[in-house]
Amino acid sequence: MKTHFRLGLFIFLTPVLLWLLLLIVVPHLELLMMSLQGKDDMGKAVWTFANYRHFFVEKIYWYTFVRTALYAITVTVLTFCVTFPVAFYITKVVSPKFSGFLTILLLMPFWVSELVRVYGWMILLRESGVINHLLVSSGLMDSPVEMLYNDISMLMGLVYTSMLFMVVPLISALEGMDDSLIEAAHDLGASPLTIFFRIIIPYAAPGITSGSIVVFMLALGNYLTPKLMGGKNSLWFTEQIYNEFIASFNWNQGAAFGFLLLALSSVIIWFGLKLSRQELGRALS
Amino acid sequence: MAPVLEIQNLRKEFDAFTAVDTLNFQVEEGSFFSILGPSGCGKTTLLRMIAGFQEPTSGTLCIRGRDMSEVPPNRRPVNLVFQNLALFPMMNVQENIAFGLKRQGVGKDEIRKRVDAMLERVDLTGYGKKNISQLSGGQKQRVAIARSLVLEPSLLLLDEPLGALDLKLREQMKIELKKLQAEVGTTFMYITHDQSEALVMSDRVAVMNRGRFEQIDSPRNLYANPATRFVAGFVGETNILPVSVVSRSPLKVVTSFGLELQATQVNDSSSDELDLFIRPEAIILQHDGGGDDFNRFSLTVRNILFDGSNTKILATIGASDYELTVALPQNEQFAHIGKGDVIDAGVHLSSCRCYPREAA
Amino acid sequence: MKKLFAVTTFALMGLALNVQAAESLKILTWKGYAPQELVEKFEKETGMKVELTFTNNEEMIAKLRATRGAGFDLAQPSQDRISSVQAEYKIYQPMDYNKIKSDQIIASMLEAVKKNTKVGEDSYGVPFCYGTSGLIVNTKLAPEAKDYSALLDEKYSGRISYRLKRPTLIGLAFASGDDPFAKYSDPTAYKALMDSVAEKMIAAKPYVKNYWSNGDALLEMVRSGEVSVAMGWDNGGWKLHGENPDIDFVAPKSGALGWIDTFAIPAKAKNVDGAYQWINFMLRPENAAVFSNTEKYATASKDAGQYLDAEVRDNISRSFTAADIDNIKWYPPVGAEIEQMEGKILDMVKAAN
Repeated sequence: MKTHFRLGLFIFLTPVLLWLLLLIVVPHLELLMMSLQGKDDMGKAVWTFANYRHFFVEKIYWYTFVRTALYAITVTVLTFCVTFPVAFYITKVVSPKFSGFLTILLLMPFWVSELVRVYGWMILLRESGVINHLLVSSGLMDSPVEMLYNDISMLMGLVYTSMLFMVVPLISALEGMDDSLIEAAHDLGASPLTIFFRIIIPYAAPGITSGSIVVFMLALGNYLTPKLMGGKNSLWFTEQIYNEFIASFNWNQGAAFGFLLLALSSVIIWFGLKLSRQELGRALS
Repeated sequence: MAPVLEIQNLRKEFDAFTAVDTLNFQVEEGSFFSILGPSGCGKTTLLRMIAGFQEPTSGTLCIRGRDMSEVPPNRRPVNLVFQNLALFPMMNVQENIAFGLKRQGVGKDEIRKRVDAMLERVDLTGYGKKNISQLSGGQKQRVAIARSLVLEPSLLLLDEPLGALDLKLREQMKIELKKLQAEVGTTFMYITHDQSEALVMSDRVAVMNRGRFEQIDSPRNLYANPATRFVAGFVGETNILPVSVVSRSPLKVVTSFGLELQATQVNDSSSDELDLFIRPEAIILQHDGGGDDFNRFSLTVRNILFDGSNTKILATIGASDYELTVALPQNEQFAHIGKGDVIDAGVHLSSCRCYPREAA
Repeated sequence: MKKLFAVTTFALMGLALNVQAAESLKILTWKGYAPQELVEKFEKETGMKVELTFTNNEEMIAKLRATRGAGFDLAQPSQDRISSVQAEYKIYQPMDYNKIKSDQIIASMLEAVKKNTKVGEDSYGVPFCYGTSGLIVNTKLAPEAKDYSALLDEKYSGRISYRLKRPTLIGLAFASGDDPFAKYSDPTAYKALMDSVAEKMIAAKPYVKNYWSNGDALLEMVRSGEVSVAMGWDNGGWKLHGENPDIDFVAPKSGALGWIDTFAIPAKAKNVDGAYQWINFMLRPENAAVFSNTEKYATASKDAGQYLDAEVRDNISRSFTAADIDNIKWYPPVGAEIEQMEGKILDMVKAAN
């Protein structure tokens, strides 16, 4: 009986373990090894920490990382601010029948690829684009202005791309919340502001946490949106990794950057969890 | 003593539907007041208007003499215990109970003192640090009540708080609640569709139907002298027979199968078609004595519903197919009764209450 | 989800079967280098199935490096990007020039490519087409843009676009009066030169509208008038000239940058015969002319001239004087350390505010 159970477990687990091993562990090990290799002055391959040292010594690298991380955090906060009222409206204000429809409306843009969505924004915002055309032809502006290729348009693009990944966990968190909790707090003397901060936010905290982690990681790891919408000032850490791999042929450096991105973003998330007193397990369950 | 709650001409309309229809009543300080009614009768709407979650269409609502129409829920001296309790799952027991006190800006030490006292009062000493999910149903119940009571409201509203509990626990909590109310002296306003809860705990009960109060009375009176056909049917078990008037003063009626009975008219009515209500325990079995005030008939036993102290028999009356429920007294005298037995029975005319037939 | 998975699996299996049915020829190339018309013609002639993957020099190298030269039967790197890459990563196989119909190819160009792609005893490239990088200018809006220095000119603020890639660095270095190609062999001097170029780029960064990365997107911006001075390929300028005579390719005063794109066969190519057939097919004069007429690139095919549209011939004579042609700076082979150095400098420019 027991051996049967073991065998069954083994059969079920094998594909998962193989998947993990072949597609995640092995490539990462190879990248890790690559990141620890370099060339000495004679052009011979040697083991070295130089690739990691470069990150901290060369100002441009960590500057790019800090910039990317700060923007990713900003994107996360903005995404939360934008999606929370939407999620609240869908789950608590409109009738359940209508809320399903609204959720589908919200998901609709995500049926097309990120590239198409970004190009959609570019068509709207560019100097000869739709918005400029409307503003000029309606006489609100004399001449078109370039709305693309700056940090604000990049942030907007990133928030837009990330919204789905925040709104879905928020909706499911808020859906689970009984309206009577809000009324109970109100009844016990809480003002609307207190209700928001003491009841709704703590209740939705696991959803907020998981949404924030996903959005933060997506923003940090995004390549397309900063490159296309951010334009000339938008050096993103992923682009730097790409450049190391593709433009400079320096795979060792690129691999080291990849691992630094992994490690540093994990540190930031760990720190965020500590700060908000959330547990990873609870947030992701 | 001034009433805690005074309601005048209170109405609430939703579109074409009137949920609460021109109510007038008062609740006395320190009493346990229940509103009993079937679901959809408007009792929850009434409660939510008192708590402030819904605005009346018209009428006034005063608590301790103060008009509440402009006061939002968080400023009203009433607290509500929700049907599903609505405990805050992300806080522990202590934090739940302290929530309202913190909003009032009570000092930390004072809060701790009052929370501890409250926990002791509801028999939960030492549970302060527990999470809500670790509590049993009855304990949650007590936390929910403690959370409201700690604010010392003028009026504590309870919205069917026992509904989610299993039967045994519900019986137990009924007694606990009544005791608690007696101890703290806070006015309780309790709404329920369960007549037993209302009868056991309350000082006064209002029976509500279609947005109106049918009768406000003590539980005993409500049971013994239901003022309307609805109350008679809703409160307590009863047998109903359709009858026609044979003569008035003294009232004599006849059933469709020809049985003549002396009866008491409750509502004045010119109608000749009445409904006769007889409580199961008013039917006395093997009745041979008694005076002229007794109606006599024979019963044929169809079924025995054994339920300990609450055992009943189902029996057809006379030659008809009408089945009556009859309570079986708890002595061994009737232990021999079996299916098919024919028994003589009687009922006093004061227990035969006639109400006008309800238009179908 | 399960269903989706099953469907995908079937689709992939179907794809795999399909590929096996006809012998396939997998080509890693640039967009436009294999016009549909020619692909169909080739497939009809040989019965092979052509599969195209569009990319650029850098990704081409990265892809082949990742598989150590497998997965593709033919690649089309620029001639200056072959020898150093080959020396280090060995991703190509020696070209067998006996299998190439060399009488179809401009002889001097073939010789130059052979020389430039030589590693050890073997050479690795066959020329396919050539062109230059220079300025694409809206001559009405920016009549005075004659050299790369226009890319740094405040006069065109907000109307400038270029690629943040090595051709821009090199062009600007030439415009400053220096010769970066001569400094390839002296990395220290080369770095000093490029640092000074980067400094100028950073100072002039506010004038740039954006750094383009997609050729079509650039053309769209020039077409709409959002950009009036850009660095780009000659054929792009000529394409736009056909639509709007104000826009044209301008050979910069300090010299257009000349490149030659080649054919090279990856080390682990499966269909080597097919690759040679494709090379000879594409360089056949009438086929090469089809390519040149649609893409406006000049071809390495010797006798294609007779099949060319007049417009294509006019383009060259309009944009290049004889002196301009003599002044074209042809890219010499570039070493990996030079490209790494440039990568870092470009990152710095992009990060600067």
